[in-house]
Amino acid sequence: MKTTTHLKPKPYMNPYLAGFLLGLVLLATIYITGRGLGASGAFKSVVMASVETLAPAHAENKAYYAEFRQQNPEGPWKNFLVFEILGVLVGAFFSGVLANRVSLKLEKGPHVTNAVRIIAAIAGGALFGYGSQLGRGCTSGSALSGMAVLSLGGILTMLAIFGAAYFLAYFFRKLWLK
Amino acid sequence: MGPLVPFIISEEFSLLLAFFLGIGFGFVLEQAGFSTTKKLVGLFYGYDFTVLRVFFTAGITAMAGVLFLGHYGLLDLNVIYVNPTFFNSALIGGAVMGAGFIIGGFCPGTSVCAVAVGKLDALAFIIGAILGVFAFTETFPLIENMYYANDLGQVRISDYLGMSDILFGFLLAFMAIGAFVATWYIENKVNKRPNSIAVSLRNRYAMATAGLLFILSVVAFLPGKTDIINMRIAEAKRQQSCVFKEISADKLANEIVSHHYTMNIIDVRSPEEYEEYHIPLAINIPFDRIMERQYAALFKQNMRINIFYADHDTLVRMACLKAKYIGRSENYILRESAQEFKRMFSGIEPPPENPTKAQLDVFHFRQVTALKMLDLVSSLKNINAPPKPKAIEIKGGC
Repeated sequence: MKTTTHLKPKPYMNPYLAGFLLGLVLLATIYITGRGLGASGAFKSVVMASVETLAPAHAENKAYYAEFRQQNPEGPWKNFLVFEILGVLVGAFFSGVLANRVSLKLEKGPHVTNAVRIIAAIAGGALFGYGSQLGRGCTSGSALSGMAVLSLGGILTMLAIFGAAYFLAYFFRKLWLK
Repeated sequence: MGPLVPFIISEEFSLLLAFFLGIGFGFVLEQAGFSTTKKLVGLFYGYDFTVLRVFFTAGITAMAGVLFLGHYGLLDLNVIYVNPTFFNSALIGGAVMGAGFIIGGFCPGTSVCAVAVGKLDALAFIIGAILGVFAFTETFPLIENMYYANDLGQVRISDYLGMSDILFGFLLAFMAIGAFVATWYIENKVNKRPNSIAVSLRNRYAMATAGLLFILSVVAFLPGKTDIINMRIAEAKRQQSCVFKEISADKLANEIVSHHYTMNIIDVRSPEEYEEYHIPLAINIPFDRIMERQYAALFKQNMRINIFYADHDTLVRMACLKAKYIGRSENYILRESAQEFKRMFSGIEPPPENPTKAQLDVFHFRQVTALKMLDLVSSLKNINAPPKPKAIEIKGGC
């Protein structure tokens, strides 16, 4: 008799249903707080808090830090997006447990070594992090939330993100495809 | 009426709500399959369009919801955060993010999801993203000009294209539905699957589409809350049947002098007319802006009476009716127009020759009262300046 130590992951939700539910979460967020969801803002808080702790003199002098402090007078942690991202961690973990998808794993394309995948992830993350500050928000904060309130900037950023990714997909196909 | 923060819910409590909203966000993203790069980059190689479906459906759902709530006055669309548009940085930043997406395989939100279910590559992505944000803050002076270039402000795409919000809403909905159909064919072709769909699923999609178009049509074709109120107050019958409490100019002037603090004198004319002349201590709320949320408190309190005036009888009656719809304050209208008040108290006509006692009394009363009002205005200049309602600005973005 076969013992099932590994439960089979459950299938993903129907994408339209998932999209509808995500839309309702976004709508609730806008209704309650007057602003949409976000993600990269929480990363910014991490950076700001680290710099303020490790190099307070440096944080005093730079314009961008000063502006951030002005916008967040109660410190980088007391921020809507930080709490929201903590919730995302919990919610995603909960979903993963329900669907048997939680496991330590390095996911990569079939012809890619672990080292290449890690380097690409860090490099891609760095680009995304940089771009999210330049574009004033990432896929969540600018593109998705921007679309919900018909923001011109949000929709432009969305087009630029997906346009650039499509344009570059060919050049990076070795990272992902067989 | 939304948004609830900061009017009804405090900023502090909103942090707790943020946590719960985040749980919903993370749960749905993970359920949709956004915790794996295979699904995410599948979009760019044509084998899996899940991202597009989830993303567009979410955007359309939220947009239709926002327009619907706004239409019925449940959500104040003037207050919600609209991401500002800086043309150059939006496009260049977006392109840099696109490169990060195809190289790293995640975006910030999805990487957090993926880390939660144990993906180590997502952890590397997050470390990279934090380094990227750090690099930006450090190099900020170098790119500051580009960052602030071509500032269009908090503009909606519908305004930019010169169309109504709801028309653009329809356009976006049709674009999304078109994209869903087109990508279904592409996906089938790439994965060598037949173009067939279960009847029950097809029916459900048709119903969902019909539901969306119904919501959008309601917003487009049925009168909303402000339309209904405007229609009602414009009805001549209503203006005639409603009993307005009136106050005469002399009485008002006397009241101002003796206890100005028991009333709000509200000028509903345009700001220009208000600037040119207004009754002492009056505040200006142009007729078109009475429904704005920042003034609601004035019409909901019953500590002070509200006295409306304008130059035209109809306008002032309509303003008073509007106030009645908003709240339960005690509302009066000034019988005379602003111009008449001005004539009575600013350029006081001397009494005719051989005045009667009554005429003399009126003259003296107005003369004295006008002076007292001037005194009052100058002494209250600083403490009782017309309260400029604090415009509430909601910050957002990343």
